[in-house]
Amino acid sequence: MRRLIRRWAVSVSLLAAQAALAQVDFSGEWAPRFHEDQPERVPGPELGDYLGLPINEAARMRANTWSASMMTLPEWQCRPHSADYIWRGPSPVRISQEVNPLTRQVTAIHAEWLRSIDRPIYLDGRPHPPDYAAHTWAGFSTAKWEGDMLTIYTTHLKEGYIRRNGMARSDKATLVEHWMRHGEFLTVVTIVTDPVYLTEPFIRSTDYQLDLHQQIPPYPCEMVQEVERPKGDVPHILPGENTFLNEFPAKHGLPAAAAMGGAETMYPEYRKKLKTMPKASPEAAKQ
Amino acid sequence: MKLRSFTIAARCGLVVVAAATAFAQSGNDEVHALQVRPNVYMLVGAGGNITALVGADGVLLVDTGLARNADKVLAAIRKLSDKPVMYIVNTHFHADHTGGNEKIGATGSFPTGGNVAGDLADVGKGAEIFAHENVLNRMSAAKSGVPVAAQPTETYHTEDLRLSPTFHFGEAVQLIHIPSAHTDGDSLVYFRRADVIATGDIFTPDGYPFIDLESGGNVNGVIAGLNKILDIAFPDFRLEGGTMIVPGHGRLCDIADVAYYRDMVTIVRDRVQDQIKKGKTLEQIKAAKLTLDYDPRYGTVPGSTDRFIEAIYKSLTQKK
Repeated sequence: MRRLIRRWAVSVSLLAAQAALAQVDFSGEWAPRFHEDQPERVPGPELGDYLGLPINEAARMRANTWSASMMTLPEWQCRPHSADYIWRGPSPVRISQEVNPLTRQVTAIHAEWLRSIDRPIYLDGRPHPPDYAAHTWAGFSTAKWEGDMLTIYTTHLKEGYIRRNGMARSDKATLVEHWMRHGEFLTVVTIVTDPVYLTEPFIRSTDYQLDLHQQIPPYPCEMVQEVERPKGDVPHILPGENTFLNEFPAKHGLPAAAAMGGAETMYPEYRKKLKTMPKASPEAAKQ
Repeated sequence: MKLRSFTIAARCGLVVVAAATAFAQSGNDEVHALQVRPNVYMLVGAGGNITALVGADGVLLVDTGLARNADKVLAAIRKLSDKPVMYIVNTHFHADHTGGNEKIGATGSFPTGGNVAGDLADVGKGAEIFAHENVLNRMSAAKSGVPVAAQPTETYHTEDLRLSPTFHFGEAVQLIHIPSAHTDGDSLVYFRRADVIATGDIFTPDGYPFIDLESGGNVNGVIAGLNKILDIAFPDFRLEGGTMIVPGHGRLCDIADVAYYRDMVTIVRDRVQDQIKKGKTLEQIKAAKLTLDYDPRYGTVPGSTDRFIEAIYKSLTQKK
């Protein structure tokens, strides 16, 4: 009987070793590449630009009433990007592996960006926490190998954003990622599903390049009094009173309705509809 | 007189039903314990959330859930400690937070001594129950129907009450009164050494706040309470962790979660205030869909959005 168990254990170990051979090592220093969506990702998106976002009415109102001054509140000054958005930010990332010294299996992968926090991604089969557990900026991530591709499932995210102009992503959202390495290039596909603010999954891809000389320094943050305001005051714009929303479509010669996004603005067929829609008036934007 | 007593009893019942509806109580009522600190747990599923401080000599509970779940709460506590429940703190008087007082309290005892113990045979039997004075006033009202054994035994009427670490398992427990918030008897319960705050229903991240106007609640008090939590709490790196927050209902939170909620309540209050200034009626304000952006997150329980808007409107228009 013992011999049988030993054989079984050896077989399992060999299978595990084969699975390990199929894995790709993502370890290293990776620098973001901005050939894709550079204006949105580095200087930042324009106000009222919701193009290509599969959002609902609630998300649109949330962004239309958002004031950037919100970020001056002490409670928000040190907030990092969440796990889904951080790939889009101007932050390099360090990826490392956690290895069980006995089995030499990779039990977790860690991703740590310049402007965010360490994000563990577990490969040891542990379950996700119950729904009453705390949410974090990184969320709780588990992963599995699909050939050379690492597929990650993340829950327990704090509220974040899918665009840095007030376009909220709720704490009910989940995230699926696919990490793919081709030599010195890393491509990450993120798929955000949000029952609160999205009508369809929101899919993006982002590229990073291996950078052997990169160092990620500490990035401390202190909360300070940036603006004098009455205690408890929360900056926001009343519904219907945002005077900046027309600037983006007017500047780019777009219909105002198109700038308000929605799932149909993601698809190529929308170009035909665009031609039939009136463009935003530059005069209206000046008012 | 009978009609009046029925009205009061019915009102108490309605408050419980409304609170339960507002926070979408789970139907299966399974009680689970989530460890927050080495000596602090959050118990969920009993009605309102319960916070348990487990010490070498006994257990301190913040709230006790619904009466029907008292046995399940006791069973959950027995998995954490075999010591008696010595102290109960009630964050407010609603039955989904105080319903287990009688049954759970009866299993406990608290230390006393000196002449008192010799003079009174039953002193020290049953857990000691702390709350703001207004909680006792409401629970002991002639028509409340709440048995004496379920009512607070120790109350305070000042800004705060500090429970001695000598008796409370090495933990400095501070009760902080927030006037006219969810009710008129709300307490935040701050475990200063463990760095945990139990908020009661001032903070309910699963839905819009339920503001019990008939029991002295007011939206501005809720906002003041949320800002008080933000004042006390101290985040760890990048606004995460640090002080942990056990809400009245919903998941375990930290300062960022409270900030999101404070922002939402303040913004909706401001929108309603603006409409009132423009001369709009309550019905016009409800029809304006001022919470369209927050409804899929906080207004999922039918009727909760209208109830929230109405509570804000009445809070802002009631005569002082």
